[in-house]
Amino acid sequence: MSWLKTPNPARNWRTIAVLGVTALLVAACGSSGGSGSSSSGSKSPIKIGVSLSLTGDFSADGKAFQQGYQLWAKNINANGGLLGRKVTLDIVNDASSPVQVVTNYQKLISVDHVDLVFGPFSTLLTKAASQVVNRYGYAFVEGAGGGPSVFTSGLHNVFDVSLPVANNLVSFAKWIAAMPAAQRPHSAAYATEDDPFTAPQLDAARKILEKAGVKTAYNKVYPSETTDYGPIASGIISSNADVVLVGTLLPDISAFVKQFVQQNYNPKALIATAGPDQGAQFIQNVGANHTEGIMVPNGWYPTQQTPGNAAMVAAYTKQYGGTAAEVSSDVPEGYSVGEVTAQAVQKDGSLDQKKLIAELHSGTFDSVQGKVKFDATGQNVDAFSYVFQWQNGQLVPYQPGSDQLLQPVAPATQPIEFPKKPW
Amino acid sequence: MGAELSKAVVDGILTGGVYALMAAGLTLIFGVMEIINIAQGIFVVLGAYLSYLLEVHLGIDPFLGLVITMPLMFGVGVLIEWGFVRPLEAQNRSALSILVTFAVAIVIEGILTQLFSADLKTLTAWYVDRSVHVLGFYLPYIYLLGFALAVVLLVALYLFLYRSRGGKSIRASVQNRVGAELVGININRVSALTFGIGAAVTAAGGMVFGATNSFNPNSGYDLISRLLVIIVLGGLGSIGGALVASVVALVIEDVTAVLWSPVWASTMFFAVLVVVLLVRPNGLFGRVAARAQ
Repeated sequence: MSWLKTPNPARNWRTIAVLGVTALLVAACGSSGGSGSSSSGSKSPIKIGVSLSLTGDFSADGKAFQQGYQLWAKNINANGGLLGRKVTLDIVNDASSPVQVVTNYQKLISVDHVDLVFGPFSTLLTKAASQVVNRYGYAFVEGAGGGPSVFTSGLHNVFDVSLPVANNLVSFAKWIAAMPAAQRPHSAAYATEDDPFTAPQLDAARKILEKAGVKTAYNKVYPSETTDYGPIASGIISSNADVVLVGTLLPDISAFVKQFVQQNYNPKALIATAGPDQGAQFIQNVGANHTEGIMVPNGWYPTQQTPGNAAMVAAYTKQYGGTAAEVSSDVPEGYSVGEVTAQAVQKDGSLDQKKLIAELHSGTFDSVQGKVKFDATGQNVDAFSYVFQWQNGQLVPYQPGSDQLLQPVAPATQPIEFPKKPW
Repeated sequence: MGAELSKAVVDGILTGGVYALMAAGLTLIFGVMEIINIAQGIFVVLGAYLSYLLEVHLGIDPFLGLVITMPLMFGVGVLIEWGFVRPLEAQNRSALSILVTFAVAIVIEGILTQLFSADLKTLTAWYVDRSVHVLGFYLPYIYLLGFALAVVLLVALYLFLYRSRGGKSIRASVQNRVGAELVGININRVSALTFGIGAAVTAAGGMVFGATNSFNPNSGYDLISRLLVIIVLGGLGSIGGALVASVVALVIEDVTAVLWSPVWASTMFFAVLVVVLLVRPNGLFGRVAARAQ
């Protein structure tokens, strides 16, 4: 360690080197940040402003949403654009912050003067952004702000093209409740993030299950910034509940599955509000051999027979690689926002926001997720909740029959896996 | 409830070991250099990504991969100290270091996002999903191995600090920076060595974090506040304090989550922190006026 005693002469070139390296890094980071595309036509492009969570807690979903928006923009531009004009996306990062998302939409509308705005990811951010977008009189079509709190603000400009989330777990809960008494689980465990997207879903499901006599063995809410899920997982395991319902995104359901596997806990059914719908990311995070039997509610699946769905999935796999099963459900949600907005704009023949809002309230639209029709609050009343179960590396869709029991959606024929196989 | 409580204590101790690995570098860097390394969270994530790269592309087991990732992170630490921390004016170093290391964290996060996207990753190995059944508890191998690694590395760090000339130089700098310079110790090199060691130990913490959690380039932000609180409780600059404080923090949180609610887990820990600081303003193992100069 004698070198520790050697005097170190000042090196003036260090500052230059650091500045140079920093400039290169910043340039590298910034070079691919833009998402817009330039117009090649004589008419100016239609600029669409979007705030997305490209960093922060929602970044995985935000990136997938970005892919959905970009696929839609690429598709519509390849087919002549909107009102004969190319569309460009002005996407800015809100870092998953409800404060930043407000600033972003203010800037997009008042400084960038975008022609249209599309929604951000999550109920949390949509709720925060909807007030400022409403203040400027813009229509706010979104695909991931389905929590009840978004629609109780009395706003007339918010339209969610996806499934209203409060009912996401209803099909699952009614399926459990409708089982013959001898087969029906006796107890259920509930754990959810303190998030307006997840918590209402579990509340709705718990009411149905408790009414059916399924005892609540564990019920906890945890902060969304939690990094140590051990005590919550241990609580669920200690409850030894027959059924587990968790209000999660990908990080927490992955942590729960890991701990359930480690501690050899095998509930008869396990359903999460989100996470298992993330395709390849879910498989990577829980391991391909641990997905079997896990369920998730959703309004879309890759082979769904809806207008444009097959083409969108093909375009996705061509551009981003992977298989159809690996497409995140965020992608069609973002894609549907573009589709519905475009149809309303085409019907109006203009970008007038008042006309657009009126058209969205009165019209019926097609999307890769299915039919879209908004009620007075902006919720999609035509959306339908499927229950998906991972079986042999694929998400298999199920829908409730007249007896509320879950039936496979054609062409699938295999019955739902209950009880779930051990890990 | 008794079994559940016992499990919470055991889980807290094992998880505390993982957090000690992540916090040790932070407290060492503060102890020697009096800088608050806000980039510590992203160092953890960077360590996890390095292990991920070795696992996915070269098939190297995450624990074996530490032989490569720790020296790499040592180099990263030395470079950051040389390029960004050393140029700071001595009289404003503590305050400016917060901004500078925050900027470093953002740059590293940006690079990781470009390289790996925001997709969540996790490390996989046979010991990640398996556990051993002891006295009615399922103890996951990854937490047992992580705790053992923490003890080994922290003991090694302790031996280095107290049994080597380099360690003596570091301790001399902790006790009296000006005095150390006067007896011929090159403070700049001690600082670089310290930052490098801090980053290298964090590589190990990052590996265990990556095996027990899903991570993406943004995951460091949820960690940094907790790590800062741990080193304050343990006593700034104290390696042993970081280990004890990590275990105390995680046990308190886990027990609170079981007895009461996960929502109150952090609150309870902060309440304990406040009480400890009222009684011992320098933390559990902080030395009074250790840095008086």
